[in-house]
Amino acid sequence: MTVMNMVQALNSALKLELQNNKRVIIMGEDVGKDGGVFRVTDNLIKEFGEDRVIDTPLAEAGIVGTAIGLSINGIKPVCEIQFDGFIYPAFDQLICHAARMRNRSRGRFTCPLVVRAPYGAGVKALEHHSESMEALYAHTPGLKVVIPSSPYDAKGLLAAAIQADDPIIFLEPKRLYRAIKEEVPDKRYTIELGKANVIQEGTDITLIAWGSMVFTAKQAIAQLAGKYSIELIDLRTLKPMDTKTILSSVEKTGRCVIVQEAPSSGGLGSEISARIMEKALLSLKAPVMRVSGFDTVVPLAKLEDHYIPTPARVIGAIEDVMGF
Amino acid sequence: MQKVIQKFEIEHLQILDEKGNCDEKLKPKELTPQVIKKLYELMVLSRMFDEKMFAMQRQGRLYTFAQSKGQEAADIGSTFPLEKSDWMVPYFRNWPSYITRGYPLHMLLQYNSGDERGMRCPKDINCLPVCIPVGTQTAHAVGIAWAAKMKKEKSAVLCYLGDGATSEGIFHEAMNFAGVFKVPIVFVCENNQWAISVPRSKQTASETLAQKAIAYGINGIQVDGNDIFAMFLATRDALKNARAGKPTFIEAYTYRLTDHTTSDDAKKYRSDDELKQWQAKDPISRVRMYMEKKKLWDKDAEGKLYKKNQQLIDDAIKKLEAIPKPDPTEMFDNMYSKDIPEYEEQKSLAVQQ
Repeated sequence: MTVMNMVQALNSALKLELQNNKRVIIMGEDVGKDGGVFRVTDNLIKEFGEDRVIDTPLAEAGIVGTAIGLSINGIKPVCEIQFDGFIYPAFDQLICHAARMRNRSRGRFTCPLVVRAPYGAGVKALEHHSESMEALYAHTPGLKVVIPSSPYDAKGLLAAAIQADDPIIFLEPKRLYRAIKEEVPDKRYTIELGKANVIQEGTDITLIAWGSMVFTAKQAIAQLAGKYSIELIDLRTLKPMDTKTILSSVEKTGRCVIVQEAPSSGGLGSEISARIMEKALLSLKAPVMRVSGFDTVVPLAKLEDHYIPTPARVIGAIEDVMGF
Repeated sequence: MQKVIQKFEIEHLQILDEKGNCDEKLKPKELTPQVIKKLYELMVLSRMFDEKMFAMQRQGRLYTFAQSKGQEAADIGSTFPLEKSDWMVPYFRNWPSYITRGYPLHMLLQYNSGDERGMRCPKDINCLPVCIPVGTQTAHAVGIAWAAKMKKEKSAVLCYLGDGATSEGIFHEAMNFAGVFKVPIVFVCENNQWAISVPRSKQTASETLAQKAIAYGINGIQVDGNDIFAMFLATRDALKNARAGKPTFIEAYTYRLTDHTTSDDAKKYRSDDELKQWQAKDPISRVRMYMEKKKLWDKDAEGKLYKKNQQLIDDAIKKLEAIPKPDPTEMFDNMYSKDIPEYEEQKSLAVQQ
């Protein structure tokens, strides 16, 4: 065990997967000598060389497009897209090809690749550096979407993503890159994809979050200081979704608040709410509530804190539901 | 101080002209009478197959597809020199190339009849499925070639695209990656002069498409795409270079003798005169004229070939008609390595419809 932040935990996962499987490569902008702008790939080029930790031309569609071909022909590319808001040129390749090659070729060719990207707001960054667009990928048949919320989860989930047989979008909450430190095993381990994590059990209300909002939800719970018995679920994988864990929790508590950093309209919070409505209506004691980012562009530094859901907003929603 | 720091030239290659006259000095030695006959047979089969598919589309037995008529030499001349382990990455008009690689005819029909199973490439053939979005396949082809290089395999990749694709951003990214990482790839751009209704002159201000290679540090050549001898030679040499880490971009100067797809009407945007001029440059008739001059071919051989091809096509149609409709649950089967939980309920709904 070593105390690590999320950047170090991700780096450890990449290092172990590169060691374990010679077909694994890392590719992206500044991932080599620079170690990535957030240093997630720091020093990997020293151990594995520039043929496996590859600084590519500055071209997101080219990175993902060639990664598709690489994965079809037996290589396991782990692509880094420098920021969430720079991924859109590669969107066409992800949606039209990575997500469909297995289907188009009826299983003859597959694209088991991983696209890593930092996502979300909270670091007072430039425009296009703060997006939470996980719903776009989760909406796309053929992709899987994974978002860790802690160093321990980040290492185990990234390892599982690299070992998986499907194209995976792996979004890293950049606000948490260095915010949390915890003990992380030094050895190789995986955390099963598609399974939610019940972080704490409770009987009054279910609180569902993922990524950086797990941190915010924990802050809200701490501030409530035991006022309610809260069950906190970290989804970990957004697509496919662990509906079973969500439903059994809501059937027990009868109440649910979903916290997402992404814009409200059409977000995954709406999807979760719909699933609860369809399958657990009679268990509900109050409407399912969403705490979300707004349907706006993420503002620059001066207003950023007004955009990101706060523990106070989470507590507000919990009180509304409890008082219904 | 001012000085010229870079100059470039683009070659145009033609060996067999439209009257069947051959520049024997340029004709590659691999093109023995036997090989020439084989190439001719593949072209005629492709043309007959294309015309049959068109008829079947009009009868409602197939759905929308893009015809390859007129581009047989560009396809077959470039696919023929491939080794078995090499890859062919198509756009959406490369039926002659699939046929040259030995892809079963009935599966091509099956795909165009609205059944994805036709694009499950047989195990011993390396062809990607048809790529409908324009130009996107160029990046996949570069990735496949790059993987071959990483795995230290000898295989190379042949990637097709159209003239319109050279306007897409991804094409330039793919060419750039190919140059930077020196991957074993040959791009064959079938410049058939029209991207649906937009002529080549409106696609780019470049004098040739071949010169686009220069900007990416890779070889570029323009070839008479209706001359199968020239296509063979250019691709043979390009493949050799590709295996040595030098990619090539071949502009195959050709013409689409049909509408863009079976849903298009080219009369709306191009003249009959232009079409007639290109019909005179047909890639198939010039080989027949050449073979007749060389006494390699006669009416009898032509008759036998038509009969043989007719039989192949009839057999393929019989096979097509024997294929049962896919089970509704098949739409879920190849989305993920393992069904996602959401599919359990969705499958039962699909079956009910």
